[in-house]
Amino acid sequence: MSTTEHSDHMDSDTGKLGMWLFLFTELFLFGGLFIVYAVMRSKYAGDFHHAALELNAFIGATNTVVLLVSSMTVAMSLTAIQRNQKSLAMGLIFITLILAGVFMVNKYFEWGHKIGLHLYPGSDVMKTLPHGEIMFFGLYYMMTGLHALHVIIGGILLTIVMLRINSGKINSQHYLLQENGALYWHLVDLIWIFLFPLLYLIT
Amino acid sequence: MKNHDDHISSYQLNWTVLLVLLMLTTISILAIKMHLGAYTVALALILASVKVTIVLTYFMHLKFENLLLRLMVGGVFLLFAIVIAITFTDYYFR
Amino acid sequence: MNNTSTTVPLNYLNHKTGLWSWLSSTDHKRIGLLYLYSITTFFCVAAILGLLMRIEKFAPGPTIMTAQTYNAMFTIHGIIMIFIVVIPGLAAVFGNIFLPIMIGAKDVAFPKLNLFSWYVYITGALLGLYSQFANGHSPDTGWTFYVPYSAEASSNVVIALTAAFILGFASILTGLNFIVTIHKMRAPGMTWFRMPLFPWSLYATAWIQLLATPIVGITLLMVIAERTLQIGFFNPSLGGDPVLYQHLFWIYSHPAVYVMILPAMGVVTEIFPTFSQKPVFGYVPIVFSSLAIALVGYFVWGHHMFTSGMSYESRWFFSFLTFIVAIPSAIKVFNWLSTMYGGSVDLKPPLLYAISFIFLFTIGGFTGLTLGSLATNIQVHNTDFVVAHFHYIIFGGMGFGFFAGIHYWYPKIYGRMYNFKWANIAWAFVFTGFNVLYFPLFIIGIQGMPRRYFDYDPKFQTGQMISSVGAVILIIGLIGMISNLVYHVKRGAIAPANPWHGVTLEWQIPSPPPHENFDEVPVVTRGPYVFDNPVTK
Repeated sequence: MSTTEHSDHMDSDTGKLGMWLFLFTELFLFGGLFIVYAVMRSKYAGDFHHAALELNAFIGATNTVVLLVSSMTVAMSLTAIQRNQKSLAMGLIFITLILAGVFMVNKYFEWGHKIGLHLYPGSDVMKTLPHGEIMFFGLYYMMTGLHALHVIIGGILLTIVMLRINSGKINSQHYLLQENGALYWHLVDLIWIFLFPLLYLIT
Repeated sequence: MKNHDDHISSYQLNWTVLLVLLMLTTISILAIKMHLGAYTVALALILASVKVTIVLTYFMHLKFENLLLRLMVGGVFLLFAIVIAITFTDYYFR
Repeated sequence: MNNTSTTVPLNYLNHKTGLWSWLSSTDHKRIGLLYLYSITTFFCVAAILGLLMRIEKFAPGPTIMTAQTYNAMFTIHGIIMIFIVVIPGLAAVFGNIFLPIMIGAKDVAFPKLNLFSWYVYITGALLGLYSQFANGHSPDTGWTFYVPYSAEASSNVVIALTAAFILGFASILTGLNFIVTIHKMRAPGMTWFRMPLFPWSLYATAWIQLLATPIVGITLLMVIAERTLQIGFFNPSLGGDPVLYQHLFWIYSHPAVYVMILPAMGVVTEIFPTFSQKPVFGYVPIVFSSLAIALVGYFVWGHHMFTSGMSYESRWFFSFLTFIVAIPSAIKVFNWLSTMYGGSVDLKPPLLYAISFIFLFTIGGFTGLTLGSLATNIQVHNTDFVVAHFHYIIFGGMGFGFFAGIHYWYPKIYGRMYNFKWANIAWAFVFTGFNVLYFPLFIIGIQGMPRRYFDYDPKFQTGQMISSVGAVILIIGLIGMISNLVYHVKRGAIAPANPWHGVTLEWQIPSPPPHENFDEVPVVTRGPYVFDNPVTK
C-alpha cells in the first residue's frame, strides 16, 4: 500500500472526511455558547431585546454580506483550481482574505465603540445594568470574540493555501488543502449566519 | 485510489447561491420591522437554518458528496438539537 | 540502520533505536507505547495520592495532613485519573497499537496527527501537574470544578482548567483519527460486519470523544472567562445560573464515562472468545449495543444533578433514560457469559481479569441504578456510596479491562511472556484489595458518610479503617502486577506469534509485529471469530 503517490499526497476522501469531523467539533464548541444563549434569552427576553439596541445592525448586516461574499469567492477558487486557472484561483483567495480583513476592521470599530462607552464585562457601567443585559453583553463578547479568533485562523490557513497555489504544491490534480481550507472558511460563515440574527436582529 | 471527485461547481452556480443568500438575509432584516413578537426568534432561526443548509449543500459541496457524509452532518445537527431540547426540560418547567 | 544481531528479526521495537527515534515516530505501535508509559506513570502518581488519602481517612480528624491538603489531593487525584489516565487510557494505548492491525491496515489515517496528539496530551498533563506547584496553591475544587467555588477560589484554577482543555483537544484528535481510520483503512474484504468487536467499540467511543469533548472545552473557557472577565454566565448576582454550569459540564462528562468503559468492554469482548475458543455470542447485538450506549449516553447527564434544583419533569426524564441506557450494557454481560458457556475455557490471567471485570462492572452498574432512581438518589447523592459506585464502574470496569488487555496483548507487544503464577498472585491481591477498599464505602455511604469530607463522625470509623486496609492490599497487588510485566519485557520467555490461539488479525503476524504490520495486505473473506479447531491445539 505504500506508493510514492501515497507518501506525497493523502487520499483526498480521507483528508476531507477528517476535516468534516473537525468541523463537527467546532460546531459543538460554539454549540455550548448557543446553549447558554438559549437559556438566557428565554429567561431575559425583554432585557435581550433592549440590550440589542446598543448593537449596530448596519455593521452587523455589512459583516454578514462580507462573509457571504467571501464564502462565494473561496468556493469559486476551487472551481478555478479544478479548471487549472491558477491566477484566478489565487486572486479569488486574495479577495477572500481582503473580505476577512474588512470583517475584522468592522469588528474592531464595533468593539472599540462599546468599550469606549464602558460596555464590557466587568466594567463599572456593566455592573449597573439589569441582569439580562449583562448576560447579553457577556454572550455578545464571548461569541463574537471566539468567532473572530476563527476568522483569524481561517485567514492564516487560506494564506498558506494561496502560497502553495503559487508554488505549485496545490494544483488541478492535488488541491486537498485548498478544499479543506475552504471548508473551514465556510464554517466561519455558518456560525456568523446564526450569530447575526440572534445578536443583532432581536430588536 | 480516488484522488478527487469529478464534480466541478460552475461559477454561475456560485453566483446564484450568493444571490439567494443575500435575498434571504434581506428578508430577515426586513422581518424585524414586522413586529412579530415572540415569533421573531422562530422566523430568524428558520431563515438562518435555510441559509446554513444552502451553504452546506452548495458552497460546502454536500450535494455532491456521498450519503454517509450527509447523514453525519444531519446527525450532528440533530444531536445538538436534542441536547438543547433536553436542557429545556429543566428550564422550561422550573 | 539496525544494530540487532542477525538472529533477531526486525520489528517495530528494534528497527530504529535511540530516544529520538521514539519521540519522533509516527508508527502507531510506538505511539501506543508512548501513551502506555506516560499513562502508567501518571496512574502510579494518582494511585499514591489515593493511598495517602486513605491513610488520612484511617482515623477521624487530621492523621497525616491538613483539611486543605486533603481537598487538594482529591482534586488532583480526580483530574489525573479522569483526564490523564482513564479517558485516554484504553483507546490511546491498545487502540493505537491494535486498531490498525485488527482491521488489516498499515497505520492510522493520519499518523503525524497521531504523534501530535501525544504531544498535546503530554503538554496538558504536565500543565495539570504544574497547577499543583505554581505560585498560589493547588486547586481544591474537585475535578468537577463546580461554580461558584471554582469561579471564586484563589488557587491555580485557571491553570488546571487550561490543562483540562488541552487534554480534551488530544482526546478529540485521537477520536477523529480513529473514525477516519475505521471508515477508510479497513483491509479488502473487511466489511463493517466482519470487523472485530474491539475496533467497533473504538468506533463508538471515538464519536463520543469527537462530539462531547468540545462542550466541556467551551464550558471550561467560560469558567476562565468568569474568573478573568467577570462574564457572569454562572453568577446569580450578575444574572447567571450556577446550575447551567452543571448542565454544560455533565453534558460532556456523562458521555465521557462511556468513553472510559466502551473500549474496556471491547477488550473483554476479544478475550472471552479467545479463551473459550468459541465465537462471540451475539456479534450483532454487541455492535448495536455499543452504538446504543454511545447515543443514549448523551441523554442522561442530569442524573448527576438530581438535587441541584432542576424541574421535576427533567428529573423524571433523566431517571427514565438512565434506566434505559443500562439495558445495552446488560445485553453485553449476557453475551459475554454466553460466549464462555460451552466453550473450552482456559483461565489464564487475561481471562481472570476479564471475569473480574464482569463481576465488578455489574456491581457498579446495579449501584448506578440505585443512584439513578429519584427517591433513593436523595439518600446517597454526594455520599461515599457514589465514590464506591464510580470506582467499581471506572476502576473495576475500565481499570480491570485495561489490566486484562495488557495481560492479553503483552506477548504480541513485546514478544515475551510474563510469569503466570506471579500474575495470578498479584491478581488475588488486586481483586481482594479492591473489594475491601470500596465495598465498605457503599455501606457507610448509605449510613450518611459524605464524600470529599476530610473528617467524619466516629460511627463511620470501622468502615473507614477496613477501607484503608483494602487500599494497602490493593497497592501491594498493583506493585506485584506491574513489576511482573516490567521485569519480563526483556527477560521473559520468547512468546510465539499466537500463544492464546486467537483468530483475529493481530495473532496472524509475528510477535513483536514488523514495522509495517503486514508483509502483504491481508484479504479478508470471513467474519472475525471463526475457530477452526476449537477443542484441539
